This record gives sequence, C-alpha cells and structure tokens, in this order.
Amino acid sequence: MQQIINFLIRNKTFIIFLVLFSIALGITFQSHNYHNTKLINSANWVSGGVYSTTDNVSDYFHLKEYNEQLLEENKQLRKLLFNREIENTDSLTIADSVFNQYRIYTGRVIKNSYTTERNYLLIDKGTSDSIRQDMGVITSQGIVGIIENTSSGYATVQSVLNTLSEINAAVKNTNNFGSLQWDGKNIDVVQLVDILRAAPIKAGDTIITGGMSSIFPKGIPIGTIKDFNLDISENYYKINVQLFNDMSTLDQVYIIENTDKQEIEELEESLNE
Amino acid sequence: MNNTIVSNITRFIILVLLQVTLFNHIDFLGYLNPYIYILFIVYFPFDKETRIPFLFFSFLIGLSIDIFSDSGGVHSAASVAIAYLRPVIMRWAFGLSYDYQTLKISKTTFGQRFNFLSLLILTHHLILFTLEIFSFAQVVNILKKTIFSAIFTLILCLIFISLFSRKRS
Repeated sequence: MQQIINFLIRNKTFIIFLVLFSIALGITFQSHNYHNTKLINSANWVSGGVYSTTDNVSDYFHLKEYNEQLLEENKQLRKLLFNREIENTDSLTIADSVFNQYRIYTGRVIKNSYTTERNYLLIDKGTSDSIRQDMGVITSQGIVGIIENTSSGYATVQSVLNTLSEINAAVKNTNNFGSLQWDGKNIDVVQLVDILRAAPIKAGDTIITGGMSSIFPKGIPIGTIKDFNLDISENYYKINVQLFNDMSTLDQVYIIENTDKQEIEELEESLNE
Repeated sequence: MNNTIVSNITRFIILVLLQVTLFNHIDFLGYLNPYIYILFIVYFPFDKETRIPFLFFSFLIGLSIDIFSDSGGVHSAASVAIAYLRPVIMRWAFGLSYDYQTLKISKTTFGQRFNFLSLLILTHHLILFTLEIFSFAQVVNILKKTIFSAIFTLILCLIFISLFSRKRS
C-alpha cells in the first residue's frame, strides 16, 4: 500500500497529465459520434456573447451583399406571389393545415466555420425563441444544416459541411431518393449517395431535399449535379453535388419548424415497438 | 509572484479572444489557420513547482478554444500533451546546461527559439489534426495540414515574441 502511494506521489505529474489527456480524448470521441448532444459546444452565453459582438462589427462590411441577397429573394417571392393569383382561380383550394405545418423563424449566423472536417455554425436564436434540436436551417439559396445544441439565446447548427451530416435528398422531378453526405474535401461540393443505378441522371440536374424526414419539407434546393460515378458495389451512384449556397458567406438564415414532427415521431416509434 | 499570476491570466484571456475572433477566421488558401494561443504555453513560467497548475491551465486554454470552435476536445488534448512534453522539448532545444528557473524566452538566441517553437508547434498540430480528422485513409491530408499550419503558426509566434520583448526592454 505504502509503495502504491509513493508511486502515485512520485508520478503525480504524469498521472494528472494522463487524466486530463483522457478527458480531452473522451470529449473528442463523444463529439465524433453522430447525433449525440455535445458536452462542449459554443451555444452558451460566453461564446455566444463574444461572437455576436464581433459579428455586429463585421456585419457592416457586408451590408451591400446582404441587401442584394434580400432584393433577389424578394424578386423570387414576388414572382411566386403574382403567378399564384392567376393559377389559383382554377385550382383546388388547399386546406389551411398544410400551410401551417411548417413555421419559419429567422436568425443570423454569428460564427461560421467551414475549414474543419466537422463544421458547426452558431446562430443568435435559442430555446427562448422556440428553437429546438433537429430543426432545419436554410437560406434563400439552399440548405445550411440542422440545429444540434441549444441554449436559451443561441444554437449550434450542424452544417452540411460536416462528415457526420446525413440529409435525405432527391433528384428534382424524379422519385430517386438518396442521402446527402460530405467527404470533407471541397467546401462547394457535397456527395449524394444511394441513388439507384437505373435513375436517369445527368450533369446539371437539380438536387432538392427529399421530404422523407420530418426535418426539411420537400423541395428545398440543394445544388446541381457536378459529376457522378458508380460506387464499389456498382449498384448505386455516388454523385458530386455543387451547392447553391456559398457556405463561406452565410449570414441571414431561416429555421424551419415542422409542427407535425412530434406526431410523426410518435407514430414511427409505435411502429418500431 | 502576484504580478506573474495577473500577467498570465491577462495573456490567457487576450490569446483566447484573439484566437477565436481573429485567427480562427483567416482561412489562408482556404483552410490554413494559425494557432497562436500556443504562446500561453510557451510563456508560462518555467518552474518545477508549478508543473501541475501548468497542466491544468494548458488544458483550460485548449478547452476554451474547443468551446468556442465546437471542435470536441482536440485543442485540449493537443495543449495538455505539449504542456507535458515542454521540459523534454526544452532540453532538446536549449541543451542540458540551461538554468530553466530564470529562462526567459525573449532572451534566448534566435536559433534556440526557432528549434523550441517549431518542435512544440509541430507536436501540437500533429496531435490536433490527427484527432480532428481521425482517419488513417487521410494520413497525407493530416500531414499536409500539420506542416502548412505549423509554418503559419511559427511565423506569427516569432513575430509576436519579438514584438513584445522589444516593448519591455
């Protein structure tokens, strides 16, 4: 016993080093797991406060770009609005409940990240603005990611540029669904896998969200097909998708809440039992 | 003694803020960022008595960077590792005969400082990127990121050290 205590005292620096190093490794490996609430994340008032202060300053340098983006988006929305009125005269009236299925919140990216393998963004809205885990985040151009951790005033977003990210996606105007992943190489290009070999695809086709999960509604633009080849099994395509969004200059984002999400999940769970 | 504590705490806060607000967003050539918060570990007093607090503070600065950049625990692991290895690296860089208790990094020759910093930074970056990428298939990518980021960090650290030592003298 005496010897053990002596040994511990003699090597106390090494033991403390080992303890601290294993804690660090533990946090690291925990964060490598898909869909775990992270122990260590930037959704807290200290880092949120620091980032929103610096973002307030740096935003002034991009005001012109943001204005142009908003103008472009308004143009699109107006186009939709004007065309809808004409179409509506002879189409079926859609029940109100369909329009109320998705709620939209706005937010601002106060910390962007795109250089690492697992990128997380920080937005300035949190649980006090009804933001919850697993809500979808988009911009006017395309998808951004999924809410991961929340604090009262801030939330972290798992970017599509994250090797853990997996989002249901489809080729526009077809029923070919696949899963959107990222290989960590190019910040403009993500990969769509599990598209059947029989699917009629060509470079330049648009990729949209598939609507097979309760996170994103169907039809949100993602990008266009850059090139594609067969995977190892030769039954599925691995498609490189050029993103519509420039992930390095994100600012204003929309957060989508699916009000039927709980109902859908309960139903799915009852099926699994 | 009090003076040392205050100056170390100030250095801690300033380096963390500089790192997360400025140096994490440089993205030189698309992916290169310098990690200048290492200077805290370089500057921490070389005292045998304070080795354990030194390990704790190094862990803490790594953890702060991790919290800000959502990177799990990669910075904590790399910082604790180089804090533990610092005496070994010092022996390689400065030779055995040095009196470490009174050693000031700004008083060393350029060659010694260069060796010391590059060993420390290379070890740190190697652990950092190995844990971050964590895939044997991407060994080349890990080495590429390690070497280029290390050069970037080294240059900035040398500039910082010469800037601040001149002010004091």
